[in-house]
Amino acid sequence: MNIIILLSLLGMLETVNDRGIPVVDFDTFEPRLHLVNDTTYVINFWASWCAPCREELPDFEKLHRTYGSEKFNVTLVSLDMPDQMESRLLPFMVKNNITADVVLLDDPDFDSWINKVDSTWGGGIPATLIYNGETRIFLNRKTHYEELENIVKPIMKKP
Amino acid sequence: MKKLMIIALLGIFIMTNLFAGGYKPGDKASDFKLKNIDGKLLSLSDHHSAKGFVVVFTCNHCPYAQAYQDRLIALDNQYRSKGIPVIAINPNDPAVSPGDSFEEMQKRAREKQYPFPYLFDETQEVYKMYGAERTPHIFLLKKEGSDLIVKYVGAIDDNYKDPSQVTQKYLENAIEAVLSDKSPEPEFTKAIGCSIKTKQP
Repeated sequence: MNIIILLSLLGMLETVNDRGIPVVDFDTFEPRLHLVNDTTYVINFWASWCAPCREELPDFEKLHRTYGSEKFNVTLVSLDMPDQMESRLLPFMVKNNITADVVLLDDPDFDSWINKVDSTWGGGIPATLIYNGETRIFLNRKTHYEELENIVKPIMKKP
Repeated sequence: MKKLMIIALLGIFIMTNLFAGGYKPGDKASDFKLKNIDGKLLSLSDHHSAKGFVVVFTCNHCPYAQAYQDRLIALDNQYRSKGIPVIAINPNDPAVSPGDSFEEMQKRAREKQYPFPYLFDETQEVYKMYGAERTPHIFLLKKEGSDLIVKYVGAIDDNYKDPSQVTQKYLENAIEAVLSDKSPEPEFTKAIGCSIKTKQP
């Protein structure tokens, strides 16, 4: 269900594989960073080969399972190489029982879009953007469940 | 006295912030002394005839670093004889990233026949001094008198996946600019890379 909502949000997609992971370029993905509504979005940039990303990913899944609703969304933006979708990304998702939204951002012209995510981002992963309307928090590093919950709770309480 | 204290504290605060930001184009870079894969200590000042250096923070395990191995070898082969050699530095803590141990560095350098030095930033002081944030992360330096001036910071090019699809050879263009006494344009780019694996407290 989440995937379907995501697909409609993202609009035109380059490709969608059998498991429904959209492969998008940054222009297609960018509106996801600026949705104007009362939903809190947690957007994590990661890759299945990235050890610190793998370590924190269960915390994002837990966050999704705890708070996931119409007003709260966790999107896991994979920067895996598209040709490793079958060999690495999908097995990782199955093994870790990932139910949060996943998109594969395939756009190697990094310098053209990193600042559009956040000007303080140096480009290392993992990195996480949390936003709700005008409130934006960017974590240029690894995080964990307690920190995420502490950030998310007050934002969600906003009227 | 109180005023002095405040000024001193303010000074420390500003210094800390400056260093936290790392080197930017125009900054003066510091030399270092790090262990090469042959076991010998190496400094930039050992290269007497160099006009500058491509200092690249890179490593073994990171797929982006791997994607650029061959391109760094080609750049070194192209520009070493023109006075701008590649100096590769692994900033990762092997306790956190076992694939980046000194022995694994030696192995990779042998396998790929690196023509350039591959140094180990064992105390992780050099990457912090330069402000490297990811692997690979480039700092192009130019010798100006006795100083090393940062001329370009950032990515190697704009397509890690496929060298044939590259449209912007940022680093190569920057080296050419430095060799002809011009300012690189752009002089700063960003790229997705692997975060540097720091020692756990």
